[in-house]
Amino acid sequence: MDPIDRSIINTLQQGFPICTAPYKQVAEGLGIEEQELLARIKALLDSGILSRFGPMYHAEQMGGALTLAALKVPETEFEHIAQIVNAFPEVAHNYARDHTLNMWFVLATETPEQIMPLISKIEAQTGLTVYNMPKIKEYFVGLKLQA
Amino acid sequence: MLDPVDLQIIVAIQEGLPIVSRPYALIAGQLGLDEVELIQRLTRLKQQGVIKRLGVIVKHRRLGYVSNAMVVFDMPDTLVQQKGQQISEQAFINLCYLRPRKGEHWPYNLFCMIHGKSRTVVLQQLAELIDRCALKDYPYDILFSQQCFKQRGAIYSPAS
Repeated sequence: MDPIDRSIINTLQQGFPICTAPYKQVAEGLGIEEQELLARIKALLDSGILSRFGPMYHAEQMGGALTLAALKVPETEFEHIAQIVNAFPEVAHNYARDHTLNMWFVLATETPEQIMPLISKIEAQTGLTVYNMPKIKEYFVGLKLQA
Repeated sequence: MLDPVDLQIIVAIQEGLPIVSRPYALIAGQLGLDEVELIQRLTRLKQQGVIKRLGVIVKHRRLGYVSNAMVVFDMPDTLVQQKGQQISEQAFINLCYLRPRKGEHWPYNLFCMIHGKSRTVVLQQLAELIDRCALKDYPYDILFSQQCFKQRGAIYSPAS
């Protein structure tokens, strides 16, 4: 990554125009040619630095539901429980964290009504209590990781 | 609120925008719409908040942000709104949410994420956060991630 790649990533984390020639508009702002911008975005995607270039949807506005959930998993069973949890397609991500509640995952379902039955299923299969912590409010942050 | 054409658009671009000079014309063509209509609909979906953000999604580890910490506070209900707002304004905070407390194992209601290039940096940022937002009187905890087992975006299926 050179300084131009970094400025592309930083600029495109802020947003992308919805107009006839959006790349041209972004390229002009960066002081490069449109063709160069297209080539560099492709290269950043190919190299895996960017995981995706496109929309992030608002799950609830789409009619879906999200929640953050945690489990208190005995150390010796950790791998086994992780396999059970990750096998659910509704598990969007799953992290081990250093706390008594040591497994944290996000559940995404197509409708809000599907969350509780899913949690019951996870509890039945793992034999553990799921701590369900849906968001009550989101405080706005402009997502940005300085490249 | 979303009509069938909106849903078609949502599904068509969920994997990513085409990297060509006129991406919206290309998608419009695939869906049998004209470019102007597609642009109008996307603009509306963005305004409505259905599209939260359009742009790049980075792999934070690949940018060197290898340390990811969930920082949680037990904040009195009367203050949580103000503190949540204040915390979310700090440059290094990536997400900030109010969530329910869960009894004795989990007294915390305010959650935020800090992605940092090392644990040391994250801990410095936490100290800065506590100082700037006057948080020192409230119980908190920091949960570093040890391992990421699974990471994917939500996938929407057509005709849902």
